[in-house]
Amino acid sequence: MAHGLAIGIGIILVAFILWWFFGKHQVSTAEATVVEGAKKQTADVLVDGGYKPEVVTLKQGVPATLKFTRKDPSTCLDRVVFPEWGINRPLPEGKTEEIKIDTSQAGEFEWACGMDMFHGKVIVK
Amino acid sequence: MTVLTRFIISVVLSLPLLANMILMPFGGHLPGGEWTQLVLTTLIMLISAKPFIHTSWAAFKNHHANMDTLVAIGTTTAYVYSLFAMATNRPVFFESAAFVTTFVLLGQVFEERMRNNASDAVAKLGNLQAKAATVIKDGQPIRIPLAEVQVGDLIQVKPGEKIAVDGTVVDGTSTVNEAMVTGESMPVTKQAGDKVIGATINQTGTLTFKADKVGDDTLLAQIVELVKKAQNSHAPIQKLTDQVSDIFVPVVLIVAILTFEIWYNFLHVSFATALIYAVAVVVIACPCALGLATPTALMVGTGRSAKLGILIKNGDVLEAVNRVKTVAFDKTGTITTGQPQVVDVIGDRQVVLGLAATLEAKSEHPLAQAILAANDRSSDLTVTNFQAIQGQGVTGTVNGQPTWVGSPTLMAQPFPEKWQSEMDRLTGEAKTVVAVGQGDQVLGLIAIQDTPKVTSKAAIADLKQLGLSTVMVTGDNQAVAEAIAKEVGIDRVVANVLPADKAAVVEDLQKQGSVAFVGDGINDAPALTTADVGIAMGSGTDIAIDAGGIVLVKNDLRDVPLAIELSKKTFNRIKLNLFWAFIYNVIGLPIAAGLFVGVGLALSPELAGLAMAFSSLSVVTSSVLLNRTPLKTERQVVMN
Repeated sequence: MAHGLAIGIGIILVAFILWWFFGKHQVSTAEATVVEGAKKQTADVLVDGGYKPEVVTLKQGVPATLKFTRKDPSTCLDRVVFPEWGINRPLPEGKTEEIKIDTSQAGEFEWACGMDMFHGKVIVK
Repeated sequence: MTVLTRFIISVVLSLPLLANMILMPFGGHLPGGEWTQLVLTTLIMLISAKPFIHTSWAAFKNHHANMDTLVAIGTTTAYVYSLFAMATNRPVFFESAAFVTTFVLLGQVFEERMRNNASDAVAKLGNLQAKAATVIKDGQPIRIPLAEVQVGDLIQVKPGEKIAVDGTVVDGTSTVNEAMVTGESMPVTKQAGDKVIGATINQTGTLTFKADKVGDDTLLAQIVELVKKAQNSHAPIQKLTDQVSDIFVPVVLIVAILTFEIWYNFLHVSFATALIYAVAVVVIACPCALGLATPTALMVGTGRSAKLGILIKNGDVLEAVNRVKTVAFDKTGTITTGQPQVVDVIGDRQVVLGLAATLEAKSEHPLAQAILAANDRSSDLTVTNFQAIQGQGVTGTVNGQPTWVGSPTLMAQPFPEKWQSEMDRLTGEAKTVVAVGQGDQVLGLIAIQDTPKVTSKAAIADLKQLGLSTVMVTGDNQAVAEAIAKEVGIDRVVANVLPADKAAVVEDLQKQGSVAFVGDGINDAPALTTADVGIAMGSGTDIAIDAGGIVLVKNDLRDVPLAIELSKKTFNRIKLNLFWAFIYNVIGLPIAAGLFVGVGLALSPELAGLAMAFSSLSVVTSSVLLNRTPLKTERQVVMN
C-alpha cells in the first residue's frame, strides 16, 4: 500500500518536473521606457531567482540604462555579466545598479549571472 | 547578511550537533536530546539556509532551477522528514540538513575569495593611472587632476613621478620604467621626440612632454577595456556547459526521485534510508564547479598575459591558438628592425664612413640614414656642387676633389676588379652595397642590411621547441629573404610577395593546418584577419589595438612563443577544470545513489556536501594556480 503510493507520487513528481521546467512557458519581456526629448531610455530589471523581465527591447541609437535591483541573497546572482561589452558588475543586494547599454548596433545581446546559470537578453532594434 | 556571517553562524550551531554525532556510538547524547537538535537546526535553516530557499522558490516561479534549488531541496527534505520522524518516534537526521548547509557555505566563502582574486588583474591595471599631472600654463607649472588634462598640454614629470597620459617628449632626457604597461623589464631611455606611455614611471631625469592622448584614448585605458572584454568573453568549449546548465538541475531531481523509488520499492530499505540516498544525490550534483571552470581560468590566464604585455582578445582566440601548426611572419619590422644598418665597411672605416656621411648628410634616402647613424665622428668637411642622381647615388666636391657615394657606375673609370669581387661577395650575403670614391680612386665599400632584431633568433628557437613550423612572408627577393631566414633559423621562405598578396599566402599555408600570422598590425591587417590567429606587434603607443586576436604591446618577437604558450596553458587549464567538474559528478552521483553499497562505498548527505564544496574549490584553485604555472619561454622579469 505504502509502496504503491510512493510510486504514484514519484511518477506525478517526475511528470510535474518535466512539464514545469521543459514545457513551453511565457518568458517575461519588457520594452524600455523612452523619455521623449531627453533622448534616453531606461528599463528596470528585478533580480530575484533569475531576471524579471528576461528580455528587454531597446530602441537603436537612443542611449539606454538598465536598472538592476537585486532582491535575491544568492551569491550566484551577485554579478551581472554582458560578455559582448566586457561588463562584469557586482550587484549589491537591495541596491539599484545602473548599467549603461551601447545601443549603436542592432542585435541580440545576452547577459548572465556570474556563474552563467541565469540568463537574460537585450534586443536592440 | 554576507556569506561569511551565514557560514560562521552555521558552524557555531553545527558544532554541538557534531559533538552529538561523535558521542552517539558511546551511548552519550546532548542535553535536551532531540529537542536541542531541533532548535539548533531550525536556527540554521532560518538564518543560514533561508537564502537558498528564497532563491530556489523565486527561480522556480520563473521555471528556472539552479544550484540553490538543489541545496534547498536537499536540506529542506532532511529537515522536514526529521520533524515528521520526531513526531512519530523514529530516528531523526537533523544534522544532515545542518552539515550540508555549513559545507555548501564553506565552499561559497572560499569561492567568493578566489573569484575576487581572479578578477583583480583589471582593477590593478586601472589603479596604475596617475591621479594628477603638472601642466605648464603660461610658463608656470600647475598641478591639475588627471581628468582636466587635455590633448596638446605640456606636462612636466619629475624623477619618481608617474607619466600622466600618452605623449611625445619635447624636452629633457630620462629613463622610464614601462614594465607595468608593456611588460618590458629594462628601463627605456627617453629624449625629445620619443613617445611616452601614461602610467609608466619616470626614473632619472625631468621630462617635459606634450599630451597626445587622454582619457579613454590612452594605451592603458584601451588595454584595460580589452582585458575586461577578454575576461568576460565566452570560450566556445563553454557552449557544452551552457546547454547542460539549463537541463542539469531538473534532471538531477528526477534522478533523485528514481533513486528513492528504487531503494524503497525494489530494494526494500526503510523510508528514511531511501530518502537519505535521494538527498545525497541532490546535494552532490550541484553544478557550480561546471559553471566556474571556464570563466575563472579565462580571467586568470588573460590577466596574467596582460601583465606581460600580451593582450589576448577573447576565449575564441585561446582555442584557435591551441590548433596552430604554423607561424608565419612578416619580415620587415617584425623579424628585422625595419631600419637598415651599416653591417660591413671595407677600406679605412673612419675615412670611408666620414666621407660618405658628409655627402649623405644632404640626402633623404633611407640608406643615407643608416650611414649617418653609423658614423660616430663629426667632420668639418664641407660639400659643394652636391647632386643626387636618381637610382645611382650622390656626388659632390669635398676638399676640392670630386667625390661620390653609390653605384660603381658613378665612377668615370672602369670599376677595379679587386673591389668588384668584394662587392659581389657582400651582395651574395643579401646586403645592399654602396661604393665610396674620390677622384679616380675607390676608397671603400659600405654594406647595409635590415638586420634581424637581437631577439628574433631566440624567438624562432622557442617556437620550434613548442613544435611549430615557421614561415617568413616577404616582398624581398629570394636571396635577401633566405639570408635573413637562415640567420634566425626560419624553416621556410615565401619571397617576392606583394603586400596585397600576403593574405593569399596565408590561405595557402592554411591548407596544411591552422596558421598564426605575426605582423605589425598596420600594413598587415588583411593577413592578420585571414590567419586563424592574428598576432599584431607594436611598440608603445603605436600599436593597432584592434588588429589581430593577440596584441603584443612591446616590439619583442620573443613574446610570440610566450603568447602561444600562455594561451595553450590557459586553454588546457579550462579543459582540465571541465574534466574535474564532470568527473566529480560522474563518480559522485552513482556513489551517492548507493550503487556501490555492495562494496561498502556510500556517501552520506553531509559527505556529499563536503565533496561538492571541494569540487568548486578545486576548480577555482586550479584556475588561480594558472598565475604560477612555470612557462618555458618566459624570461626573468626584473621589477623595480
